[in-house]
Amino acid sequence: MPSDLVHLYMRIDHLPQIWCPGCGNGVIMRDVAVAIDELIHDEENSINREDIVIVSGIGCSSRAAGYLDFNSIHTTHGRAIAFASGIKMANPKLHVIVLTGDGDCSAIGGNHLIHAARRNLGLTVVCFNNDIYGMTGGQYSPTTPHGDRATTAPYGNVDRPFDIANLASGAGASFSARGDVYHARETIDIIKQAILHKGFSLVDVYSICPTYYGRKNKKGDAVEMLKWQKENLVPTARYYSMSEGERANKKLIGILSFNDYPEYTEEYARIIALCRKAKKK
Amino acid sequence: MSKTVLMQGNEAAVEGAIAAGMRFFAGYPITPSTEIAETCALRLPQEGGKFIQMEDEISSIAAVLGASAAGMKAMTATSGPGFSLMQENLGYGAMAEIPCVIVDVQRSGPSTGLPTSPSQGDYMQARWGTHGDHPVIALSPASVLETYTLMIRAFNLAEKYRTPVIFLMDEIVGHMREGVELPDPGKLIINQRKMSFHDGANKQCYFVPEGEYVPAMKPFGQGERYNITGLAHDESGFPVNSSEIAGRLVKRLLDKVEKNTDHICRVEEIEMDDAETAIVCFGGTTRAARDAVNAARAVGKKVGMFRPVTVWPFPEKQLRARLPQLKRILVVEHNHGQMLLEVQRCVGGALPVGFLGRIDGTVISPRDILARLGEMEGMHHAE
Ligand SMILES: Cc1ncc(C[n+]2csc(CCOP(=O)(O)OP(=O)(O)O)c2C)c(N)n1
Ligand code: SF4
Ligand SMILES: [Mg+2]
Repeated sequence: MPSDLVHLYMRIDHLPQIWCPGCGNGVIMRDVAVAIDELIHDEENSINREDIVIVSGIGCSSRAAGYLDFNSIHTTHGRAIAFASGIKMANPKLHVIVLTGDGDCSAIGGNHLIHAARRNLGLTVVCFNNDIYGMTGGQYSPTTPHGDRATTAPYGNVDRPFDIANLASGAGASFSARGDVYHARETIDIIKQAILHKGFSLVDVYSICPTYYGRKNKKGDAVEMLKWQKENLVPTARYYSMSEGERANKKLIGILSFNDYPEYTEEYARIIALCRKAKKK
Repeated sequence: MSKTVLMQGNEAAVEGAIAAGMRFFAGYPITPSTEIAETCALRLPQEGGKFIQMEDEISSIAAVLGASAAGMKAMTATSGPGFSLMQENLGYGAMAEIPCVIVDVQRSGPSTGLPTSPSQGDYMQARWGTHGDHPVIALSPASVLETYTLMIRAFNLAEKYRTPVIFLMDEIVGHMREGVELPDPGKLIINQRKMSFHDGANKQCYFVPEGEYVPAMKPFGQGERYNITGLAHDESGFPVNSSEIAGRLVKRLLDKVEKNTDHICRVEEIEMDDAETAIVCFGGTTRAARDAVNAARAVGKKVGMFRPVTVWPFPEKQLRARLPQLKRILVVEHNHGQMLLEVQRCVGGALPVGFLGRIDGTVISPRDILARLGEMEGMHHAE
């Protein structure tokens, strides 16, 4: 992150952060800060810094909330989206951005994820997806690929994984996208669009955890893991220029689904207006 | 102007909350609390407020805490099974100092138990349900009118002390219907939480001056920026690993309630001035206890009723003040002896403490109480 951005948007007295060397979390946190900064300075869509609320759950990734100098709330494991739902309902003008992990938002918090998506409540969820429970030391998560190793999958993971972006669109999210650590510029642009999107938006950002996932699965160091992202995760334009065959085993970085369903707090405002009109009569 | 209306206890809980300024409710249906959610769904949008039916009780209390952090007075309501699910976030509210009211309309347990039958089996859960040492304020109403007025006090205490307040109802009071004369809304005292005058980043949002216990901060979105966490934190709201800071924080949270029991603890006493026997009861056992007092007085027995209205912290100062005049105490509750333990702790063996409880979902009658009193007196004479 350019150093002026660090001073502007980070609580610098609390740096350095707790993350391991080579962890992807710092890059994703930077992407979120850059996306917000660009929106604050965007003449067309300018948003107000004081209207931004960062909500996180529990996990390595969820520590990002404390480092970002906005209204921030670090909640309980899995419940960030539920806290965020109350914040957004209480004050719909706020831009409520949930920073969460793959375990936080799709295991213990999976129920809240699908229901917020179904309601189309105007939150932006950025999932730091490292395919593992980092904070507790490398247990398998709902996104750990089948057959991979984790401290609780010493013989290979029996479970089949979720694709969180597809899960969210299946649950009715009106904006669902995928980003990663390597393609930072693309990911920043996706996060910006997600924040500007009125309804529920989710960006599943593929992160890297060299310490646990990487080591357990012989994926090499952080540089090796980023190389894998470079080769296997493909931004939209290039993805759609590829043949079916070329796309096999590759994943799209970009927007997966998008629609303009009515947003929940706007729908509720209509109910209030209706009741008030009836009361006046 | 005050007006008389026919109301159910659960409805009175909602109307009291609205009078106190509650404008956000999140909940998940469960007998015997469901009418609270239904009434909120109907009434809140009429008042410009908001209702949401969440996917479970965990998210209900989470949404309530979120709404409160953003400045709304917020409430949820449930019964035993849902109250169990709320416990983790209840502790979060205490640690992060976010005001809210949690209604538990108790039913028979354990587990799914007898969903439509009365019980007071959550008394200890209200105190110790969440993990770790934490402050608790819990109030328990005994009538429809008191449900209304006490709910206003519940919000006032939540706002004043910045902590979740548990409103411990039971099936009897929740489903009771009475004609009530509601107080004049203009005469109600309504507290608001203390707010800071800070703009921009505040590195001292949790600062509390010497001799005070409650921090002042603006809700999210009003220009003051700070961090909230359930981890042990310093004055900036940022997590710390220092045992000194963590110890000081939890001590302040506990002190906030313990040093203010004179303000928080309320009791109702009937015929206690010359009483030699005290019936201790709360919430749904109160009517039977009052009838028993009247019946005993009619035959010249010096029996009174001592009822904690604030059930947590237990009003021990008020009970201890009565001990010198008493010969015996009978604790009556719809459980296997929970408040009994608090009474025994306060009495410390100085008097015989008898118990009458029920765990089968049926109601204790005045006759049951009189019979138990008779037994106790008999025991006393035999000594
Ligand atoms: C109720 C509860 N259960 C379990 C935990 C322990 N725990 C903390 S973080 C975590 C997993 C985090 O994984 P993820 O969300 O993927 O975040 P990461 O650390 O990988 O960024 C677990 C199981 C907890 N804090 N609370
Ligand atoms: S354990 Fe993994 S996710 Fe957690 S900080 Fe280290 S590298 Fe990052
Ligand atoms: Mg993870």
